[in-house]
This record gives sequence, C-alpha cells and structure tokens, in this order.
Amino acid sequence: MSTIRFDDVWKEYGDHIVLERVTMEVEPRAFIALVGPSGCGKTTLLRMLLGEEQPSRGQILVDGKPLPAEPDADRGVVFQRYSVFPHLTVLQNVMLGRELRDAKFSARLFGAARRAAADDAMKLLAEVGLAGQESKYPSALSGGMQQRLALAQAIMRGPKILLLDEPFGALDPGIRADIHVLMKRLWNETHLTVVMVTHDLSEAFGLATRVIALERSRNRPEERERYGATVSRDLEIFPRRSAELRSSVQPAPAGTTRSGKEHQPGRPGALVLKEQP
Amino acid sequence: MRLVNIRPGRQTRFYLLALPFLLVAIAYFAGSSARLTQNPNDKLLPALPSMVQAVKQMAFEVDPRTGSYLMASDTVASLGRLGSALAISTVAALVLGIVIGLLPGANALLGPFVSVTSMVPPLALLPILFIVMGLGENSKIALIVIGTLPCMIRDLAMKVQELPREQIVKAQTLGASTWQIALRVAMPQTLPRLIDVLRLQLGPAWLFLIAAEAIASDSGLGYRIFLVRRYLAMDVIIPYVAWITLLAFMIDVGLRVLQRKAFPWFASVRAE
Repeated sequence: MSTIRFDDVWKEYGDHIVLERVTMEVEPRAFIALVGPSGCGKTTLLRMLLGEEQPSRGQILVDGKPLPAEPDADRGVVFQRYSVFPHLTVLQNVMLGRELRDAKFSARLFGAARRAAADDAMKLLAEVGLAGQESKYPSALSGGMQQRLALAQAIMRGPKILLLDEPFGALDPGIRADIHVLMKRLWNETHLTVVMVTHDLSEAFGLATRVIALERSRNRPEERERYGATVSRDLEIFPRRSAELRSSVQPAPAGTTRSGKEHQPGRPGALVLKEQP
Repeated sequence: MRLVNIRPGRQTRFYLLALPFLLVAIAYFAGSSARLTQNPNDKLLPALPSMVQAVKQMAFEVDPRTGSYLMASDTVASLGRLGSALAISTVAALVLGIVIGLLPGANALLGPFVSVTSMVPPLALLPILFIVMGLGENSKIALIVIGTLPCMIRDLAMKVQELPREQIVKAQTLGASTWQIALRVAMPQTLPRLIDVLRLQLGPAWLFLIAAEAIASDSGLGYRIFLVRRYLAMDVIIPYVAWITLLAFMIDVGLRVLQRKAFPWFASVRAE
C-alpha cells in the first residue's frame, strides 16, 4: 500500500529518448494498467519502478521517498517468463521469500520455523489453486499454473507494490480468464498497489482501476529517436473500482466500444472492451 | 524415404552401435593373424591369447620386484592423481565461476585474466612445474589443475551469466542479498552445469595425467605404458589403453547418472 509519484521522469539511452515528461501519481491500492504499442517504453517504465533501471531525469517517489536504486522486497514482480526458480519445487519456491528474510546467512529454515513457513506457504498455495502440486517442479506445471505460483511466491514476501510485466500474455484465453479472477481476489485481499504492463486492452479494462496509455507524440521516422513516449491517456475506470469492492460484473466504461473478440492488440485510440460475463 | 527421416528402431540401434567396435576388432585380428603367420615372433600386433596372458601377469599375479599387483597399483596411483586434481579444479571453478558470473566487478577484474590463462599451453608449463615443485605428486596434480581450471572457470562463469536476468531480479524482490542469491539461486543451478563442464574437461585431464606420468614418475598407467614401450610390449600397452579408455568412459557415465539423479529438474531446463 503505497503512493507512487512520477516527477517529470525521462529515460534516455544515449541520444535515443524512450520516455519523456512522465508525470503522474498513483494512489495507494490502485490497480494501474499500462498499455501502449510495442516499443513505447511500458516495460522501461516498469523496470524503473523495479529499480532495475534509473530515470535519466526526474525522479520516482514512493510514499514521498526516492525509490531505492535496486530491487528490494517492497516491490514484488511477476514476469511473463522465468518468474519462478526451476530448481526449486512449488513449495520451496513459495517458501523462498520467508527463508531469505529470516535466515540471512544460510538462507534456509530448519525445524519449527521451517514448518511454520511451510504451513503458510501451503495455505497460500491452496489460495491460488495449487494445492496438491507442492512437490512438483515448475517445469511440470502448465503456463497458467506457473504464473499462479509466481504470484504466490511474490505475495508470500508481503510486498507493498506488485509489478506485473505482461504476466498473462502467453496464456490461453480460458486460462487467462481464470487467473484474472485470482488476480482480482489477491488484489482485494492484500494491501497491494498493482502496476501491470499489458498489451491486452480487455485485460487492462477488466482488471484495473485506471488505464494509462503511453504513446509517442511524434512518429515520423526522423523524429522517432528524439521524441520519447509519454502519458497520452489516463483513464479512470467508470464506475470507479476500488480494492474492497468485490464485484464480478463490470458495466462498460463510458466512451468504449464493445467487441466479442477475445484479444485486441493494444492501439491507443481504439479502445475495445471485452464483453463481461 | 529421405535419409533425414529414417530413424533406427531399438534393435537396429543396438546393432549400429556395435558395428564400428566390431569392425575395428575384426580389422585388428585379421591384421594380427596375417602378420603372425608370416613371423610368429612379431610383436607389433599381438594375438588375443598373448594379451590375455599379459593382462593375467599384470593384473592377477604379484610382481616379484615390488610385491604388488602392478595394474591395480598403477590404477590407484593414476586415479588418485586425477581425482585430487579434478577435485581441486571443480571446487575452485565452482567458487570462481559463480563470483565472476554473478558480480560484474569480479568479471571486469578476473574475466580477461582467466581468458588469457586458458590459452597458455599447459604442457609448456610442465618443465617449470618440475623445476619448481620437483618430480613428485604435486607437479603432476598441478599440471592437471592448470590444464583444466581456466577453461572450467570460463565456461562456468558463462553458464552463470546465462541464467535469466529475471531470476536475479526476482530473487532481489524476495529480499535476497548478493550472498543469498549466490547460495540459493546461482549455486544450485550451477551444480548440474558444473557436471557438464567437468565431463568436457575429462579428456584434457587424462591427457595431462598420462603426459606427466610418461615424463617423470615411478607408478601410474601412463608410466607403465611408456616403460614397457622400450620392450615393444604391445601385449601390455594395448590392454592398458583399453583399460584407460574404459575407466574414462565409466567416469563419464557415472557423472551423467549423478547429474540425472541429483538434479531431476535439470533435464527440462536444458531442453528449453
């Protein structure tokens, strides 16, 4: 549960400007969806939030304090791939965060502490629908189950902010719908502020409280390098969604068209909403 | 049907596997019997019975001069050298490989140095080792370590760097320190890859062992081969070479089985 503030953030690689003039404020417990065409710097923005990269100008503040320059336990993350550790079983993957926190030197728990951690991890696994899978290795799980595991692993450590980098992009539509339900529940039941990068607009509008589109203002070939993307649209979902609200039926926000298609590649200006069941 | 689509079945595969071995054996024994009919005292291609006789003498009869079974004591001496050298190399490569692979600073400091040292021809260093460390066990073990370690470090550091960046970031978001990342993320995933690296270095390790034993030693498989060479004792040399090959093959199989049993998760990671 944290307020995130972007204060005139720029990101440049040499002469190449990726992001410019990004200023926005994310309220605690918000669920932000970052959308935009590929190459518009969505992932760069997320990596800066993660601490993996630093802004070249401006700063990012969390609860009024500048963001630490490296990833830490306050910010959990789920990537599209490689989010879980292949050499650990499902249970060990979830317990890892606790072990890293409580055993600084050996990074392993023993005896009662281990049993307590295992109990908590088992509860969380049941919560995300992975009961009975705890002794398998991640490679034996389907893509959807691996992402459930990655969510459980991140949440076990109790981060304030959860960053999602196209976490469900590689999943089948049906499985994606299931995991959306889970994602909503986790967001409701924990105290997370969520920032999700996605190229799936129906996902963005179906889950988020606020959809932020990044776009380049100038797109001529000779201008591409020198003008970065910035926030082009900042849409509050209407009616307002907030974390405590447990509603599965969401009416279509004003100003959006409906489409029965499952997946629409993100093109700002062509907002398409999936029909909610 | 195209050749690229023809897959041998289980049984065919077995016959195909045996075929080259069989052909070599047939070629040898044909040549051997041809030479022996011309000259029964020919020593170059001994017949099977004389090799069996030689092995019997070397392996199962006590040598009157040393009071030991020569083949067994040679094997113990050689494997002792090989084992201790590879143990040193493996442990050092694991530690340095993880340090270089994980820490950009250590990579900047040691990466180029390791690359350069891996280009030094180890056999050219053998005289130096003999001068500095004497002709005892140490110089032989040192030769094998010098011959295998730099390549192992380089390969292993590369394997650590190939771990997805996402995993390292993920570990940090779970609160891991550098030490904890090394201990819980990098090392467990490096161990099965270490076995691959070790298997690749087995060939060079045997080469350096035999070379060191050939030049200055009083025991060992390489020593014995080069000793009996003076008497053209092909009936001893050929079984010894076969024995060395078998030992090397068994070690390789053993490592492969160890990798499969100890790291059951690794096969699917490698398949990706």
